[in-house]
Amino acid sequence: MQLVLFLIFAVLCVAGALNLLFQRHPINSALSLVVVMMSLAVIYWTLGAEFLAAAQVIVYAGAVMVLFVFVVMLLNAGEEERTTGSRAAYIAGIPGVAAILALLTYMFMHERAALGYATLGGSLNHTTSNITEISRVLFTELLLPFEVTSILILVAILGAVVLARKEQ
Amino acid sequence: MSPQYLWFIPLLPFLGFLVNGTVGRRLPRAAVAGVALLFTGLSAALVAWLWATMKAAGAPLSMSVASRPWISVPGFHVDFAFSVDHLTLIMLGVVTGVGFLIHLYSVGYMAHEEGYWRFFAYLNLFMFFMLVLVLAESFLLLFVGWEGVGLASYLLIGFYFTKDSASNAGKKAFVVNRIGDFGFLLAMFLTIAHFGTLSFSSVFAQITAQPELHGGFLTAIALLLVLGAAGKSAQIPLYVWLPDAMEGPTPVSALIHAATMVTAGIYMVARSHVLFDRSPLALSIVAVIGAATAIFAACIGMVQNDIKRVLAYSTVSQLGYMFMGCGVAAYSAAVFHLMTHAFFKALLFLAAGSVIHALSGEQDMRVMGGLRKRIPVTFWTMTIAVFAIAGFPPFAGFFSKDEILYQTFAWHNPLAKLLWAVGLLTAAMTSFYMFRLWYKTFFGAERFSEHTDAHGHNDHAPIHARKDTTLVMEAEHDSGQATHAHGVHESPWIMLAPLCVLAVLAAVGGWVGIPEALGGHNEIQHFLDPVFAVTAHAENVANVDEVSHSLELGLAAVSVLAALFGLFLADFFYRRKPGTLGAMSANSGLYRVVANKFYVDELYHFAIVKPLEYGSRFLLENVVERGVVSGSARALAFITRGGSNLTQRMQSGNIRSYAGWLAAGAAVVLFIMAVTSLHLR
Amino acid sequence: MVPIAYYLILAAVLFCIGIGSFLIKRNIITIFMSIELMLNAVNLTFVAFAHQWKLVHGQIFVFFVMVVAAAEAAVGLAIIIAIFRARQTLNVDQINLMKN
Repeated sequence: MQLVLFLIFAVLCVAGALNLLFQRHPINSALSLVVVMMSLAVIYWTLGAEFLAAAQVIVYAGAVMVLFVFVVMLLNAGEEERTTGSRAAYIAGIPGVAAILALLTYMFMHERAALGYATLGGSLNHTTSNITEISRVLFTELLLPFEVTSILILVAILGAVVLARKEQ
Repeated sequence: MSPQYLWFIPLLPFLGFLVNGTVGRRLPRAAVAGVALLFTGLSAALVAWLWATMKAAGAPLSMSVASRPWISVPGFHVDFAFSVDHLTLIMLGVVTGVGFLIHLYSVGYMAHEEGYWRFFAYLNLFMFFMLVLVLAESFLLLFVGWEGVGLASYLLIGFYFTKDSASNAGKKAFVVNRIGDFGFLLAMFLTIAHFGTLSFSSVFAQITAQPELHGGFLTAIALLLVLGAAGKSAQIPLYVWLPDAMEGPTPVSALIHAATMVTAGIYMVARSHVLFDRSPLALSIVAVIGAATAIFAACIGMVQNDIKRVLAYSTVSQLGYMFMGCGVAAYSAAVFHLMTHAFFKALLFLAAGSVIHALSGEQDMRVMGGLRKRIPVTFWTMTIAVFAIAGFPPFAGFFSKDEILYQTFAWHNPLAKLLWAVGLLTAAMTSFYMFRLWYKTFFGAERFSEHTDAHGHNDHAPIHARKDTTLVMEAEHDSGQATHAHGVHESPWIMLAPLCVLAVLAAVGGWVGIPEALGGHNEIQHFLDPVFAVTAHAENVANVDEVSHSLELGLAAVSVLAALFGLFLADFFYRRKPGTLGAMSANSGLYRVVANKFYVDELYHFAIVKPLEYGSRFLLENVVERGVVSGSARALAFITRGGSNLTQRMQSGNIRSYAGWLAAGAAVVLFIMAVTSLHLR
Repeated sequence: MVPIAYYLILAAVLFCIGIGSFLIKRNIITIFMSIELMLNAVNLTFVAFAHQWKLVHGQIFVFFVMVVAAAEAAVGLAIIIAIFRARQTLNVDQINLMKN
């Protein structure tokens, strides 16, 4: 059952990612990235990370991707031109990517037994909910980093405003 | 005075150097001179205080102050330490006293020169290093001062650096001194190897504690030190740099190349007398070198026509006397002569500077003459100095020179009488060439033309840089014009005041060393006794009681006669019958040889410089330089260029290329991690 | 019962597609999207490992990554707008100021 769920959404995920790769119009790429993120949210949920699944949908698929789509429309980005700017990207990069993929896959398959299995809804423990766990750690142990992120976001907002502002 | 104040004696001039060297360019001339004089004067005042402290009854014979360890490694330790004893005290007095006077003189002398701040900065730097040199408590710190004064000397000789001859003379001085320093360095290495320290007190204590130590490596150390001293004090065979050093401004010649720096070699030998006393061979060599230099330089000095060059050879000759004094273990006599020589030779140079100033840069004695009436103060002070150096009583030079000659005569060595004869002959020659200078400059017809003066001012050429110079140093004439408007002129008071003070010193400075034979107490010798008392062992020192006072008186009379003989000759040839000597010598081969300084420069050029040059050109340039050095450099350049051509391709500026390389690199890292982790399993 | 390794392999595949997309795409906005894709792939490994170790910290790390990614997206897109204003193009092959 879980395997079926996983396979459906994994395939969806990879298909979306590949679509991102092969679509030439950025708006299509953005929409296929939304598909990838939604499927990832489901996969998070199958791994027992309910809070992250929700956050993924709200923050990524919602806020971030909407921002992307806005920018695409704002800049009126058209179809991608096929320019040849970099041979190195193909000569060094593509074999590099293939090597990374092969190595990682080999390593994970090699260590499959040690990594164990995931059980559906197998939250960390069954006495409390996932959100309770996260919030307890976040607001006690990691309160300072949490507060610091708010400053980070503030700075990011200011930076974005300054950068995107029209020159007077 | 607490020993802690010793630090300030050299540091004050250094402060002056820092101020003038950094912001001097922007300061007005008066401020530059004020700074230089203030710090030098303060230093001199400290030395005076030190004198008062050390002369007081019951004062310690020496005091010292040390920093925390300077260099401390297993087997070798040296502190940054200063120490003062009576020898140092005399040197300090000479350096700060004469130094201050010459600073004062320079204020007037350099008044119209470009680079005023530079001059005083260098002069203060020199004072700093010279004081470090005399205060040093170890060979190493002495060496620091030694090199430092060499640097200052180089900078000041080449002060008119736009003039080729000046910068060449600076380089020559530097290179010749390197040869001497090489000896000094080796001597220090040997000292470390044998004594494990460079501190004077501990090295000498170790030597004193081992009475059986004689000759051997001590001779080696001593001879290497002599090589160093010969370089710094311009002795044969390394004297060639000093006459050329006269390219520097005259106050520099007076301070560095007559009164202080060149005596550093004598000071060093006297300072390490414990070492030399154990090596009769080294001492004899010192004495012979000194005597040979004395007569050799005197010969050359007799036929020079440049007023400063005469004085330069005279300095070499007098330094030879001091060396001879050290060589016969009469250290206090040598130091005594060092002191009186500092007075009268500084005076001679400053007076010569005043003459040159009066003639607006003319240095050739053949176009001087009759200046007696035109510049009377200079004339009278110069006269005192000439009598002092010629050795007429009661002037300073008589007592010190006589003491050296007497000690040489009384030396227990078969060579003693010969060296004494050489010294006596040199005394006569000294008298001759000094009076020759005197007559040529101040007596006879006025051979200079007034236009020498006009020349100096109208086209705004520098005053002291010689006429043949191509310098473009704009003199500040707005203020100078008024005082210089009329032909030959006496120098301003600021130059005459040091002359007068030095004249007094040159006249009476010798009275501290009146020998007992003449009814004096030879105070300087008693003053220096604590330093050289360790010398008191049989073989080298003449026992004073042994030689009768009558002999001493007789010798003194002989040397005065020699001086009179020189005076008579000079009088005859340059006043009564001018021209006879010229006619006699015109086609004499001997004269030509002497006038060309025995072709020593040429000899060195062909025997040392040329072979080195050929060796460099053919062996070093073609094989080493072209083959090895350039070859390896070219190979390196080729590799670098090839490599950069390759890597330059990577830096395409395209973000996707960077990403590609990044991915490849990540793959490699991942591969290594995977391999190692699987392997470790 | 799904092996954790599968999740990790899925993450690796997504990550590599992200890199490949970064290498192939010319549009700077799409390149930025592939960066987001890579971030998501990394997040997936975090979640998978959190599940394996039965620890909540991996998930919190993902939370922080999301926050930072959101901030980064805001600033990055602002930069893209600025670049577009200056160069009138979104093609990275024509944005090679670092070269000249």
